[in-house]
Amino acid sequence: MAMFSSRSWREYPQRYRLEASKFKKSGKTYYPPRTIDPSNGDTEWETVRLPEEGKVITYTVIRVAPNMWGDKSPYGLAIVELTDGTRVTVQMTDVDVEQIKIGMEVRLEFRRIQTEGEAGVLSYAHKAVPKWY
Amino acid sequence: MAGIVGYGAHLPRQRIKVEEIAKVWGADAPSYKKGLMLREKSVPPPDMDTITLAVEAARNALRRSGGVDPAEIGAIYIGSESHPYAVKPSGTTVAEAIGATPHLHCADFEFACKAGSEAMFVALSHIDAKAMKYALAIAADTSQGAPSDALEFSAAAGAGAFIMGSENLIAECLHTHSYMTDMPDFWRREHEFYPQHAGRFTGEEAYFATTMGSSQALLEKTGMKPSDFKYAIFHQPNGKFPQRVSRMLGFTQEQIDPGWLAPRLGNTYSGASPIGLTATLDVSDPGDLIFMCSYGSGAGSDSFIWKVTDRINEVRDMAVKTHKLLDENLTYVDYGTYAKYRRKIKKNY
Repeated sequence: MAMFSSRSWREYPQRYRLEASKFKKSGKTYYPPRTIDPSNGDTEWETVRLPEEGKVITYTVIRVAPNMWGDKSPYGLAIVELTDGTRVTVQMTDVDVEQIKIGMEVRLEFRRIQTEGEAGVLSYAHKAVPKWY
Repeated sequence: MAGIVGYGAHLPRQRIKVEEIAKVWGADAPSYKKGLMLREKSVPPPDMDTITLAVEAARNALRRSGGVDPAEIGAIYIGSESHPYAVKPSGTTVAEAIGATPHLHCADFEFACKAGSEAMFVALSHIDAKAMKYALAIAADTSQGAPSDALEFSAAAGAGAFIMGSENLIAECLHTHSYMTDMPDFWRREHEFYPQHAGRFTGEEAYFATTMGSSQALLEKTGMKPSDFKYAIFHQPNGKFPQRVSRMLGFTQEQIDPGWLAPRLGNTYSGASPIGLTATLDVSDPGDLIFMCSYGSGAGSDSFIWKVTDRINEVRDMAVKTHKLLDENLTYVDYGTYAKYRRKIKKNY
């Protein structure tokens, strides 16, 4: 239990605020954030906040889900390219899996992503919903 | 003078119709629709709760704030009767998500359906006392109604958020009045899942007496009359109560229309009159006076008089409008899906 809540806590900046690392030399942004740029070994980076809109690059449909997401299946798991070009892997929500399309415009919304049983800690982060306004 | 610097709302897109609930319990849908003056209500999906609604509403308030730095928010208060944890604050999660930590004060408020206006009242007081530059008040709920109870037809979900400050106001708070008595009309004991209520006793002696008491006192002390206001918002446990109390006080249907959301939204409990205020600000013009009165069982009403400033024209379109969230892009769920979403089905987890 304690392991779970401490891990979740360490990831708040990226999960809650979409914080990513942008490297000086390559100008590349990584999410989840990295401390070393794998393209050139650069360790100089700044924290940036990612935009909340983008489009689906590709997706899969999860029909046999891990226990904690069993109630939500089937659901989409998508790679979304945000408007700044950064790609993030997120669950889709508020959408029928049949309606998910490559190229679909989405918006990231703050949602509950995980619950540690009936009594444990609740985890929050962003999921993608179809953009409609 | 303190007032609103940024405001925003968030609602689930899922709805359930009165007919769908009535069908399951053998209730007469037309008489419920007429009696409650309510057609459908919002349903939060399983990955949405008071905290997630509060974060999205707060982000919309920030969008309309004209660049308020979240680090300058000195307090975050969330009023709700459905905080996800019994012990662990909702406010700190919202503060982390919008980037307001760590130098601020957080508290979760509870007072049945009045917890949201309570948060607004305290946030305004901090600004009036010059204790901080900004204070964020959020009214959010994913309300519970016991299966087959009259409340099940109305208990809904939504959130409204208001950044209070003293400069760059969208609406100035001119006056407030609060009215409280000990009233056993609606309650939920510890460890109980659903609230209980005293049936018809929740009407005349509770909702109407308290709303009238607070509203009349505010009108008297300011020397104002209902016709001085462009708009009015009252707590809306259903469609009928706010309509009736507004008539009793001398307000017209036109005055309550923009913030009268219950017929299509249901009762968002702590969120009800605050979300009504967001919808009303969306259509307001500079100089408009807005009357607002919440109601929370137990019981009390907080009343506010707001005066809209020129800035409304700049900020109105900087975030999604409440009526767009209410009227567009809706998905209707059946009772089985609703029961699953609201965890009304016993299963092994």
